[in-house]
Amino acid sequence: MKRVLLIIPVLLFLVVGVFFYSGLKRDPSAIPSELVDKPLPEFSLPAIEGFDEGFSSEELKGEVVLLNVFASWCVSCHIEHPFLMQLAKDDAIKIYGLNWKEKPGDGKAWLDRLGNPYTKVGDDQAGRVAIDLGVTGAPETFVIDKEGRVRYRVAMPITEAYWNDKLAPMIEELRRQ
Amino acid sequence: MTPEIGHFALILAFMLALIQGPALFMGARGGDARFAVFAQRASILIFGLVALSFFSLMHAYAVSDFSVANVFQNSHSAKPFIYKLTGTWGNHEGSMLLWALILTLFSAVLAMQGRAAPRDLLLLTLGVQALIITAFLAFILFTSNPFLRLIPTPADGTGLNPLLQDPGLAIHPPFLYLGYVGFSIPFSFAVAALIRGRADSVWARLVRPWALIAWVFLTIGIMLGSWWAYYELGWGGWWAWDPVENASFMPWLAGTALIHSIRVVERRDAMKGWALLLAITTFSLSLVGTFLVRSGVITSVHAFAVDPARGVFILAILFAAIGGSLTVFAFRANSLSATGAFTPVSREGALVVNNVLLLVACAVVFVGTFYPLFIDVLSGEKISVGAPYYNLIFAPLASLTLLLAAVGTLLAWKKGDLGASLKKLWPAAAAALVIAIIAAIFADRARISGAFAMGLVVWLAGGALIDIAERIKLFRGPFAQSLSRAKGLPGAAWGACLAHGGLALFALGAASMSLWKTEVVQLMAEGDRAEIAGYEVTLQSVERLRGPNYEAERATFVASKNGETVTLAGERRFYPVRGMETSEAAIQARGVSDLYISFGANTSGNGWPVRLFFNPLVGFLWIGAGVTALGGLIAFGDRGRKPAKLRKDKPAPAGAEAAPA
Repeated sequence: MKRVLLIIPVLLFLVVGVFFYSGLKRDPSAIPSELVDKPLPEFSLPAIEGFDEGFSSEELKGEVVLLNVFASWCVSCHIEHPFLMQLAKDDAIKIYGLNWKEKPGDGKAWLDRLGNPYTKVGDDQAGRVAIDLGVTGAPETFVIDKEGRVRYRVAMPITEAYWNDKLAPMIEELRRQ
Repeated sequence: MTPEIGHFALILAFMLALIQGPALFMGARGGDARFAVFAQRASILIFGLVALSFFSLMHAYAVSDFSVANVFQNSHSAKPFIYKLTGTWGNHEGSMLLWALILTLFSAVLAMQGRAAPRDLLLLTLGVQALIITAFLAFILFTSNPFLRLIPTPADGTGLNPLLQDPGLAIHPPFLYLGYVGFSIPFSFAVAALIRGRADSVWARLVRPWALIAWVFLTIGIMLGSWWAYYELGWGGWWAWDPVENASFMPWLAGTALIHSIRVVERRDAMKGWALLLAITTFSLSLVGTFLVRSGVITSVHAFAVDPARGVFILAILFAAIGGSLTVFAFRANSLSATGAFTPVSREGALVVNNVLLLVACAVVFVGTFYPLFIDVLSGEKISVGAPYYNLIFAPLASLTLLLAAVGTLLAWKKGDLGASLKKLWPAAAAALVIAIIAAIFADRARISGAFAMGLVVWLAGGALIDIAERIKLFRGPFAQSLSRAKGLPGAAWGACLAHGGLALFALGAASMSLWKTEVVQLMAEGDRAEIAGYEVTLQSVERLRGPNYEAERATFVASKNGETVTLAGERRFYPVRGMETSEAAIQARGVSDLYISFGANTSGNGWPVRLFFNPLVGFLWIGAGVTALGGLIAFGDRGRKPAKLRKDKPAPAGAEAAPA
């Protein structure tokens, strides 16, 4: 066998290894959003059945908040929910809930059963606002800065580890700005 | 107290492994024989310590000791006892400990039964194993310690992922690990052979059983995983080309090539560099799979919690193990010389083609799995590679491999006669043609591809049977004589026949699932009817019930066809501790075909969304994989015969074979 040929496997591995290394620093579930660094689209969501008030995009300005897309039919939202409850309990950040494509009554039943971590909940039964936001699935969470701009989008359930490693430092930074 | 015993045992094992590696390399160089004795005993001691560590963690799970953070995060007092135990490896830290347990077990077995091996080869192999063990124990101790305590002790745990509370899932990771880790031994043998500059029939005879048993375990592990996904996830399929499925499939493909090419080294003293490269590649792909699952570079339903520190550590192990071994390969591989020459048309030639096809298939899976990562790194775009890519490229490759597999076994070593071999195959060809025509006539769709697939299945199975018939000279002499020949046939021949036959059965299941599966989706209320594959299915009732640690909705369906009626029940379970839902599909086996029903939540109030599948011949997937694994097991039992020219310490043939280590 020719010497040169024998080096090929190790060279191939090195190329792949470099990709692995750069891949480590990336977050495969952070799908970039068209909206990042742009102002939120204007919307005004009605209250869900059984609640008194919804909220509008105007209300999200003023402090750093989360806008969380959820629905009772979404299994991953069940996974995420306990941690949102913990955030609410710790008073870590205001969370606004967008109840997506939900049958009247189901959203309230869900929040009654599992607890309500949201500052306010808005009803997007037809899914129009979700389309404006470019929502691809639930749960999905947007980090909104003081000026009401979308700064980050998370297209998966927020876990404690993800919060500690990624979101909490980012929110800290945004609050200082 | 017990968790601390486990923790200290693990630290001791790590320190022992740390000095065992260098001691073995010194022992192999001649040096002091006591090094070698120490190092061999250390292998057994390390296994004992890791076992102690593993069982102390299992004990913490058994008694629900929530002061251990790992138990708190992954267990719950209300969980059935058996799942408390299996929960030991249902999480990242515990599964790494299981991985280390199996790794040290294999090393200990090798140290105990390795007397047949040349001393320096055995010591070098154990030395490479010791380096791998050191790396993985360090990984566990420094980044994934399962023994950390929580103060104050929480009252109860946060539950095990309910998806994991299932017998299929509880046992499939251990099998996969036995497979992945089993390939570490051929890897270490290969590196040792490169360092010695010598790989011969003796080497191949030592490696072959290890490669085979690892391959058998991996086959069973993948099969169990697929079976679990089939009946538990409620999507009606058995393989999704998910990155983690691919991670187990790539070492399987490379390992399949390995067990074929090792045979050439053993019998014909040829293709050495290639076999060594395959041994290295197979275990490397196992390591890459570990990296993939635990580093968070790729999204998958199977992925463990994302932790960059772990990713960096595993990547460092990857660079050391794969980069190191391939560098040794680059410098030493041309010191191996082959004595066995062969013509392109021969058993060896057929095995080269087999190897090339398997490796191309492996590369296809590799590219598909990592393409999203490559694109992300290069351009920042997020993409995903789905089933259409794999089906487009993989199906033709697999077909070609199966087509040639039937011919390969009939070719003679060294110089074969293709015409004569093909002539022997005429009964298989005739049967394949008949079946293809029948399939084309009776199939309601996919006639041409169906005819081709069914013909291929019969061709492959026929080839496997004819191979045996030829060997025992069936119908060419008295039957009793054939029978006694059959008894004398080596296990490797029976193993190959069974493995290829099993593959044919598997292909039958896979082809009919992808060509003739039917699916109906319908919103059904109690009393509603649906029709699928000639069955009339009625949703009889939906009731709520309580399990030990979940609440469930149970739907009962009645299916009837030709006056025959069966009842099926499926469940959707909600686990309050984790807030998760799982489904138990309603499955009714009709022979080897399944009527398969899963259902969703009644959110609208008008009924349950029900997915009905008729999965034709799906049972052959598991039967075929099982028969294939059995074939591997029988071949494992065959230790081969000693080649004549190596029986005595005759001087090695001219060339670098006798190169000093």
